[in-house]
Amino acid sequence: MNAMPHPVHAGPPHAATVVARTQESPGIFTLQLRLDDAAAQAAYRFAPGQFNMLYLYGVGEVPISIMSDPEERDVIGHTIRAQGRVTQGLAALQPGDTLGLRGPFGRGWPLQEMGGRDVVLVTGGLGCAPVVSVIHYVLRRRERFGKLVIIQGVKHAEDLIWREQYDRWAKLPDTQVLVAANEGAALWPWHVGRVTELFSLARFNPERAVAMMCGPEGMMRAAADSLLARGLPESHLYLSMERNMQCAVGRCGHCQFGGAFVCRDGPVFDWGQVKTLLAHRGY
Amino acid sequence: MTSLSDHAGFLPLAQLPSLVAQLMAHGYQCLGPALENDAIVMRELATADSLPRGLQAEQAPGRYRLTQDPQQRYFAWANGPQAIKPQAFAPQESLWRVERDAAGALTFAAVLPAVRPQAIIGVRACDLAALALQDAHFMRAGRRDAQYAQRREQLFLVAVQCAEPAATCFCASTGDGPTPTAGYDISLAELADGFITVAGSAKGAAVLQALALAPATPQQIETARQQGEAAAAAQTRTLPSHTLRDSLMSQLEHPRWDEVAARCLACGNCTAVCPTCFCHAELDEPALDGLSSEHGRIWDSCFGESHGHLHGFNVRPDIRSRYRQWLTHKLATWHDQFGRSGCVGCGRCIAWCPVGIDLTAEVAALTASEVPS
Amino acid sequence: MNASTIKPRVAVHKFSSCDGCQLALLNLGEDLLTLAERVELVHFAEAGPLNPDTDVDIAFVEGSVSTPEDLERIQHVRAHSRMLIAIGACATSGGIQGLRNNADGAQWIAQIYSHPEAIASLQHSTPIARHVKVDFELWGCPVNSRQMLAVVNALLLGVAPRDNADKVCTECKRHGYPCVMVTRGIPCMGPVTRAGCGALCPGLGRDCYGCYGPAESANTDALAAQFAHLGLTPQAVAQRFQSINSQAPVFLAAAGKARTIRDE
Repeated sequence: MNAMPHPVHAGPPHAATVVARTQESPGIFTLQLRLDDAAAQAAYRFAPGQFNMLYLYGVGEVPISIMSDPEERDVIGHTIRAQGRVTQGLAALQPGDTLGLRGPFGRGWPLQEMGGRDVVLVTGGLGCAPVVSVIHYVLRRRERFGKLVIIQGVKHAEDLIWREQYDRWAKLPDTQVLVAANEGAALWPWHVGRVTELFSLARFNPERAVAMMCGPEGMMRAAADSLLARGLPESHLYLSMERNMQCAVGRCGHCQFGGAFVCRDGPVFDWGQVKTLLAHRGY
Repeated sequence: MTSLSDHAGFLPLAQLPSLVAQLMAHGYQCLGPALENDAIVMRELATADSLPRGLQAEQAPGRYRLTQDPQQRYFAWANGPQAIKPQAFAPQESLWRVERDAAGALTFAAVLPAVRPQAIIGVRACDLAALALQDAHFMRAGRRDAQYAQRREQLFLVAVQCAEPAATCFCASTGDGPTPTAGYDISLAELADGFITVAGSAKGAAVLQALALAPATPQQIETARQQGEAAAAAQTRTLPSHTLRDSLMSQLEHPRWDEVAARCLACGNCTAVCPTCFCHAELDEPALDGLSSEHGRIWDSCFGESHGHLHGFNVRPDIRSRYRQWLTHKLATWHDQFGRSGCVGCGRCIAWCPVGIDLTAEVAALTASEVPS
Repeated sequence: MNASTIKPRVAVHKFSSCDGCQLALLNLGEDLLTLAERVELVHFAEAGPLNPDTDVDIAFVEGSVSTPEDLERIQHVRAHSRMLIAIGACATSGGIQGLRNNADGAQWIAQIYSHPEAIASLQHSTPIARHVKVDFELWGCPVNSRQMLAVVNALLLGVAPRDNADKVCTECKRHGYPCVMVTRGIPCMGPVTRAGCGALCPGLGRDCYGCYGPAESANTDALAAQFAHLGLTPQAVAQRFQSINSQAPVFLAAAGKARTIRDE
């Protein structure tokens, strides 16, 4: 588990400015942010899998995964689905607009444990945002890892964002991209059906792989069953959990999952930590 | 009963106001028991001699009725709906503030509560045990909550041994009462003619020293010890003394959860009166002129829909899952977080549940050996 | 973007109601002047401006649809409003006048008025959302100024208003009021009623009578059972649910269920 030390930001957010905004799909957008305090921006470090709290003036805060490359020091990227009050408001922000940011929070992916291993990434829906920084991380240090398998499921074909990136990644050596949409569309080049139907196509060595999952819990349970059945050791299976988070420092109580505070002890957990409770609906 | 130590003093009944006066002289705003809205609540004492006598309340599941203590004692009541929690973990408070200028630039600043030293007179062993848990949560090493810490550090706690537990009390079984053993500045045990006093901190010792009390006699100390034992023996409710962590976590699909969900109003009263519950929601209150906004927190409850809200779905959509979350957190997963149960046996959740759901009865049903299939 | 450069046009429309919710705006006092700097109040009969037919960004609608004229006018209001906010119990559930929905209204009119033919009234009093798309509902009888300001503020910020469907108990306990069901054994509706009022009645030692309508996850069965336990007859239990918001589906069903117990 990544235990990278980081400053705790329980106090007020820092002012940040929107540097760039990209509309990824009708309901999904990316904000590239820069902290207004240049020293704070220069000192800002995060691990893939961690998140920030973004604050929209007068409305509130929302936890958003950091999707940018950790080596990229001048901006902090967030890909957001416009769904609730805050995210719908964030969707209206334009370059030059100001918002609040505090973070990074939580534990990220176990990057140091991936060395020399095949890396399998399983994501559903917008789950791709927390792992896209892992993809960037692996691609930058390609020689340190084995095969890279990217498995992505979406509900509707139109929900898939970063299509060109998937195309590009698919052409790289030792990299496999498997995409499925429950509902396809015209010219949809990938699988139509459940993402779990793609697992048999994934080429990796289960004994020397590490898998990371992100997305709906039902999908992750099914994916875990499939990966473990192929012989992946339980200790090499990780997932990122999602819960209501309001304080991000393990205080407000909303994100509790058993004894864990997802914001502080997660959002990345190893499968053994969460498998028992994940079996109980409503926990 | 380590609290009734060799250093115990004796405060004659008539001199109780001198203790309050001493606290006032030290600059403390003094809170003590008062009758308000048919319950015993903690309110500011107008004068040193305004502590009321004879207050008592009869408690049962979903029931709290004021009565009168025939012996006219000062502290012969078990507890009211609240004691320390609202003073340290405020029901609603501001955390930070943001100003927005005409160009849209934002400036953030923390907001700390303006608090004055405050003495609470009449807190119980269960309240102190609960406060220790709130401290562990809000003042975790390296992650101190600024607002909580500010309030907490101003508190001076005058604890009282419980001589007359309510029918809803079970602190003896959780190991948290009825006699205070830690966490107070001054501890009192009320006898017929006065109080045994013990200092629990340097602050407390300074206040007691100024009163120049005679030492308590061995008989007085023995009477108080017996009073504590009798109060423990008088408790009719219990929680099992062993940790409930595994026995509850193995019953997550027990039919009893459906049964209790049918009775539970999901009103959240149990979580509001629980002295260890710490959940809170954060929200913004923007000023109408569009130039500033206040970001604050309010007590929240795991019984509300919004507690488990995520965009697209709710983690705990029904009362069954919410009651289960509350009970298993309090009695089971609390062990993982704080090394002990989150229940201190105060019985407030039983008395203040409008439909009288009894936590001890639910636990007994959930952990009974014959589990219906 | 400077929010103060664009002033949204706001109208306040009255349907079948007592005008009490409009007072929530009028009672803002000084805040009303601040508000007037940020929005353009183009139609608000209680306050002066009259222009019911103009296009607006935000229309606050008070009152239920209770007359043939209401029926027509609400379509007109909707067509001329970018956002329509229903305010108050009448607009959200049909209001106190909805009590007639379960009675013989024509007979009541005949008994009460000397010229019943002068009364044009629909058989049922219904909420606004029954007739047109409503963008947000603010419950309460009456709604209060704080809630109205929160809605206006949210709209000025370009986001949906925050919907608080928590129970009255949550506000009651934050204020430190002891539960009146527990201390006095009186049948409080707080555990099934939406927050928003600040627990006004329990704060005065009274039982809540449900004027803010049903809360989320309202366990009316459990509350009705407790009311019976406190000594209420089935009819009295039914009447607790048949007050200001009698036509809100959750309360209507609870009252119906209580009456079934009586009939058995």
